[in-house]
Amino acid sequence: MTQASATAVHSIDFGIYRRRRLVNGAALTLALGAAGLGLFWLVAILWTLLWNGLGSLSFGLVTQMTPPPGAEGGLLNAIFGTVVMTSLATMLGTPIGILAGTWLAEFGKTNKLAEAIRFINDILLSAPSIIVGLFIYEVLVIRMGHFSAWAGAVALAVIVIPVVVRTTEDMLKLVPNSLREAAAALGAPQWKVVTMVAYRAARNGMITGVLLAIARISGETAPLLFTALNNQFWSTDMNAPMANLPVVIFQYAMSPYEEWQRLAWGGALMITLAILILNIGARTFAALSTKSK
Amino acid sequence: MTEIAVVSDRTSLATSHGQRQRLQDAAFRLSTLFFALVVLTLLGGVIIALVEGSIPALKAFGLGFVATEVWNPVTEKFGALAPIYGTLITSLIAMAVGVPVSFGIAIFLTEVCPVWLKRPLGVAIELLAGIPSIIYGIWGLFVFAPFMQSTVQPFLIGTLGQLPFLEDIFMGPPYGIGILTAGIILGIMVLPFITSITRDVFETVPPMLKESAYGLGATTWEVVWRVVLPYTRVGVVGGLMLGLGRALGETMAVTFVIGNSHRIASSILAPGTTISAAIANEFTEAVGDVYTSSLVALGLILFVITFIVLTLAKLMLLRLQRNAGT
Repeated sequence: MTQASATAVHSIDFGIYRRRRLVNGAALTLALGAAGLGLFWLVAILWTLLWNGLGSLSFGLVTQMTPPPGAEGGLLNAIFGTVVMTSLATMLGTPIGILAGTWLAEFGKTNKLAEAIRFINDILLSAPSIIVGLFIYEVLVIRMGHFSAWAGAVALAVIVIPVVVRTTEDMLKLVPNSLREAAAALGAPQWKVVTMVAYRAARNGMITGVLLAIARISGETAPLLFTALNNQFWSTDMNAPMANLPVVIFQYAMSPYEEWQRLAWGGALMITLAILILNIGARTFAALSTKSK
Repeated sequence: MTEIAVVSDRTSLATSHGQRQRLQDAAFRLSTLFFALVVLTLLGGVIIALVEGSIPALKAFGLGFVATEVWNPVTEKFGALAPIYGTLITSLIAMAVGVPVSFGIAIFLTEVCPVWLKRPLGVAIELLAGIPSIIYGIWGLFVFAPFMQSTVQPFLIGTLGQLPFLEDIFMGPPYGIGILTAGIILGIMVLPFITSITRDVFETVPPMLKESAYGLGATTWEVVWRVVLPYTRVGVVGGLMLGLGRALGETMAVTFVIGNSHRIASSILAPGTTISAAIANEFTEAVGDVYTSSLVALGLILFVITFIVLTLAKLMLLRLQRNAGT
């Protein structure tokens, strides 16, 4: 600010400039520092996961059952349970989600009911997943009288639906109306316009949505805790509790047994890798769909 | 429809064809409508199921349930105050940790980052947002909690814990697990989530506005502070609320490290519990209607809190959209 006293007509107040540059530099350094710090934590988490997970990976992990405390074993029954319940949930939730999304994009559009459904869908999308678990417990587990793989699959399906509704609607909205009009002008009824023209144009985006939904549910723990419960043994009975990776990881990690903790890390690594692959696959599909346009 | 289809007259054949198509159209439209209504009833179902499940607890304890700290399965006396407090305080810590950092990252991504780094960094953050919370939980339990116990907490107790007003907050033995640890892990977990929303919101600012400011000689920081933030204010707050909604309801990242103690301690180093952690830890072990029902009632409270937060978030993001549209 000392330069401000300069008397020459053309002199410029350099003090202000220097201060502004200083503030700018400080703020951007802080932003850079924040970015570095944030990425550091996230990299640290992935690194420990890789470090501990790779150490526990072995052939036995995918060929043996979950062991009793203190014994060696694998995660075969848990992997099987997760695959079964995730696929069932996807099969249940996807058609419901796609049809509901279709109504929002093609028929409901901007009317009051569509606005309400859109709003509620967004709430469901971010509602705590443990609430979904409680809901299915009240509706299915109590009525059936026991925990079951069905209840677990339905709980996961409830999480799939809003994800698929959202992406289906968004993707159908991206389909140019001229395509629909062209098909309608050829005399195609609306259901054919939607299923044969709009769905095909939006296909990649819709697949992306389903993949994202699968990625989301394959790591979900909270909704399974008191629906599918857990099972130490091999079980294919959909009416009985079924082992699944997230709940096994939870229980084994909290246990004092070293073998169990090792298995938990192995399972955690497997789930994370599967989810990363699904997410990258979803991205690739999305990239394909924008390229083809 | 078969009796219509056998009519041989050409014109009526055409109308029968048209009728069939209209029927098919109506069937298609109604079936999509039906499933759209399924979404609507899902939410209704959740509310009804939770209310129905919590009736025994509400009958036994009345509205005092939300204001009582006692949680005693032996005498079957339950109150929700400790979990509610834990949920709020861990989310508060999470936001205090997560918000400044994610702002920094978002500013870096939109204004400073070189173009070639933008995409890979953006994708990395979105991939990290997809990692399930149980991974954060297990990391917290095995890596972060021991680190807190050996390094951070003794330091806090030794410095802030000696100051006159802060000693209550940073008091007690370093357990490692506890409210502060859970809050920080929650903060790390919501970080990618808030970052990606904030970045998307920042990118809605028309380049024209920013370029005008730059053209007038504004520094990058001045553009962020005086143009980007005022323009996106509502959306940013909406994004923060979405992050808060996520932190409030998060289960697994917290359950591992919270300590599951139904007590309101003045110290944030002490173990505590949150609504979701209490449900996750105790639900399958709960015996007796009142115990189970109390846990469901906790779920109902959590649902109401997140519903309000998410609704506010949604309304704010909608307002930003509308502004961007005009």
